[in-house]
Amino acid sequence: MAGGGATGGSVQADTYREARTWLLLPAWLVLGILTLAPLTIMLVYSFLTKDFRGGVVWDFSLAAYDQFFFDRGLFGDDPPRIEWTYIGIFWRSIWQAGLATLLSLAVGFPTAYFIATRPERERALWVFLVTIPYWVNLLIRTVSMRFLLRNEGPLNDGLMAIGVISEPLAIVNTNLAVQLGLFYSYLPFMVLPIYAAVERYNFALSEAAADLYAPRWTVLRRILLPAVRPGIVAGCILVFVPSLGSFLAPDLLGGARNFMIGSLIEEQFKGNAGNWPFGAAASMILLTLVLILLMVLARQSRKGEA
Amino acid sequence: MAKSHDVRRYPGFMAITILCLVILYAPLLVVAVYSFNASPSITIWEGVSLRWYVDVFTGPESAKFREAAWNSFIIAITAATTATAIATLAATAVLRSGRFRLRTFSLGLISLPLMVPEIVTAVATLIFFNAIAIERGLLTILLAHIAFCIPFAYMPISARMQGIEASYEQAAMDLYATKRQAFTRILMPLMMPGIVSGFLLAFIISLDDFIITNFVKGAGVETLPTAIFGAVKQGIKPNIMAISTLLLLVSIVLVALSWLIGRRDQARGR
Amino acid sequence: MPQDRDIAIDVRDAVKRYGTFTALKRISLSIRDNEFFTLLGPSGCGKTTLLRMIAGFEEVTEGTIYLYGQEIDRLPPHKRPVNTVFQNYALFPHMDVLENVGFGLEMLGKSRAEARARAGDVLEMVQLSQFASRMPYQLSGGQQQRVALARALAPRPRVLLLDEPLSALDLKLRKAMQVELKHLQRETGITFIFVTHDQEEALTMSDRIAVMSEGELQQLGEAREIYERPRNVFVADFIGDTNLMEVTVDRIAGGRAQCHLGGGHKLTCDAVEGIGAGARVHMSLRPERLFLSARPVEEESLSGTVREMIYIGTDITTVVDLADGPQFTVRSSNSTRGNARVFEPGAKVAVNMEPGAARLLVD
Repeated sequence: MAGGGATGGSVQADTYREARTWLLLPAWLVLGILTLAPLTIMLVYSFLTKDFRGGVVWDFSLAAYDQFFFDRGLFGDDPPRIEWTYIGIFWRSIWQAGLATLLSLAVGFPTAYFIATRPERERALWVFLVTIPYWVNLLIRTVSMRFLLRNEGPLNDGLMAIGVISEPLAIVNTNLAVQLGLFYSYLPFMVLPIYAAVERYNFALSEAAADLYAPRWTVLRRILLPAVRPGIVAGCILVFVPSLGSFLAPDLLGGARNFMIGSLIEEQFKGNAGNWPFGAAASMILLTLVLILLMVLARQSRKGEA
Repeated sequence: MAKSHDVRRYPGFMAITILCLVILYAPLLVVAVYSFNASPSITIWEGVSLRWYVDVFTGPESAKFREAAWNSFIIAITAATTATAIATLAATAVLRSGRFRLRTFSLGLISLPLMVPEIVTAVATLIFFNAIAIERGLLTILLAHIAFCIPFAYMPISARMQGIEASYEQAAMDLYATKRQAFTRILMPLMMPGIVSGFLLAFIISLDDFIITNFVKGAGVETLPTAIFGAVKQGIKPNIMAISTLLLLVSIVLVALSWLIGRRDQARGR
Repeated sequence: MPQDRDIAIDVRDAVKRYGTFTALKRISLSIRDNEFFTLLGPSGCGKTTLLRMIAGFEEVTEGTIYLYGQEIDRLPPHKRPVNTVFQNYALFPHMDVLENVGFGLEMLGKSRAEARARAGDVLEMVQLSQFASRMPYQLSGGQQQRVALARALAPRPRVLLLDEPLSALDLKLRKAMQVELKHLQRETGITFIFVTHDQEEALTMSDRIAVMSEGELQQLGEAREIYERPRNVFVADFIGDTNLMEVTVDRIAGGRAQCHLGGGHKLTCDAVEGIGAGARVHMSLRPERLFLSARPVEEESLSGTVREMIYIGTDITTVVDLADGPQFTVRSSNSTRGNARVFEPGAKVAVNMEPGAARLLVD
């Protein structure tokens, strides 16, 4: 799914060799024009000057990046200091997405493992159960989460009814709510690749370790986890990357104080108040971070296989 | 004590799995239940009623939602159909036309929308339409949807094609079929389950999209998610819960359909 | 309660059920200290289940397993002083050879240095010292096999369990490993319990063999005993090639049973406990204990016609139709010495028996 990329698969035949160009042309055209070209133009826009009614003026400028990293005072003539506002938002986003990823891993790994060790005919049903929520509209899921968590919501009502708490827990509009929302949004992404890895895992390895005097949890740590590591890494990417750029969870669950990259970028393109070059620059920085992360992990996994 | 020897088993994992399912389903169930609330308040329960479902179709906001739903449906159908066709052709080239220099590039291009964070795609697409001065509206939404639906359609189609041996088409050509006939008479029918799940996947993804649509839609043009988002910003109202429950139902029916097609196909042993 | 020091593993009334399916039907057997013991049988006979119960991967449904007099069937695998060589080796893919071999020692609380030193010694024993820092996937099948062996031997288990460890190797390598395993067993003095479906392998290596079928023990004995004096039809048929004939016992006298075949041919062989006069039972005649001649050489020679002569390199197999029905397979060594005589199809021959060639079987 997202982030994983389409796998190549092996070349099986060259039956349609002559038609190759024509077969690929639609994909090249559509994706080239609607994905590759826009990313290139976005890079260009990030070096332009902002127009006050939204949009850009075609004058080369480093202002967007300068604004992101440096503070030059109210009139722009102070000596430059590091501007922490936007780096802080990025940092908080990374932190939030990281916590959501850890939470997903803590719940997703046992779940994936449990499903993969069910009898074979039961597994498809379990996987189906875990994936259904993913197919439900993300917006609706996030709204549902807000509905459930809010102060007068069913969660607080229920907890107060059984006497666990006397005051409603203020969860909505906190960092915790955002993490829960992100966790909820992308949990199936964590479960599926780990499930696939555990299903391929040779359980004789666990038996061999137990036979060689390793207790259960040592088997998990020393044998199982290293063996299914690629699945865990894939799951973490699939949760972390969309969490990092997410817009709905922080917007609907976090409130104004829990701003993340997604909201920062979105604001730059709203109405006439925005700053398009700045939004393009922030997007470029986010994209660069994600691509670096993917490249590092890809290189690591290649090293692991060699 | 029984079964405790089984080295596969870890205590607590089953409990976490059940917790996981509860977390996944609880919010949806709660909303579905509250959509039948008779009360106009979302907090107080006043008994079971279908009034909010009636409201969705006849209430003051019904015209807005009906138009948005229609837009969503038209866009999803068109984008999913186009993306599925493009993905089928591309998969044929990638898997069935030998090795070639642009193969890796083509694969990378197809999976690009999956690797780029959605908000970045949204920004880039908006800027692109602005740069080439296309009026934002239904057309821009449709174009953007086609692009990001392609990888989702591609995945099941490619997986399916990898499971079909090339010898079937070779047998057809040995029996005097042309390449075109081998493609349409042999490969396509065998590919059908993959194509159908690719289409359904793309359809749901398109129906689901909020962020990119929100950026590239023009003023006054709404799809169901953007309309719901706009309404939610004013506060969660019972009619939103009714719409959500209906959409939830649509998604579940579509996924179940695609699952059943896959299972029946597997049961037949391909 | 068995307290015998000479009994390594004592299985008492072991039953294994999976739901309604019974994989092991109340098996009892004792495996002696320092012996090479083989569990032999076709797939699905329960031999691997029994081995996994000793290792601790399967729970016993009923019954008890003792290891040198101590009850072990409730212990988890990591608390049993037995080690296993797995069918497909199950080498840890992310550890090099030395780490694999040292793993058990490390788990037993030995320091890393100590584990490595001991692992090095064991690797030397299986002649793999120069591969210590290789990863498992860099090794050939035979080398992986030795690493798996070294890994299981390194913690000095009381009993070593081997689950069809040679089945993935090609024939030549398998033969070499059979000799080496036997040698290692003698050298280390560890009790080996070996599971295989290959009867030739079992005969080659084992001190004693337990033949199993459908969850039951069919016969337990030394290799020679199992081959020469099979107790029942299954064992006779499963171990080696044989001619199985239906016979009727006419008379029992002086430890000998006089029988006749379907066509009235008379045969005399050793009497077997439990088979009396009048019984209709099976008789096993090993093809290599039969020999052919142009003319009958004794009273009980059977006459027939050669149907087919098959050349199989070391041996020559001749199929003979008896005058009135049953068919015999006779095997003679492909050598010019001794009694080897080649008869072409169509030739009239006599089938003669060495003493002790015929054996009565219970069903």
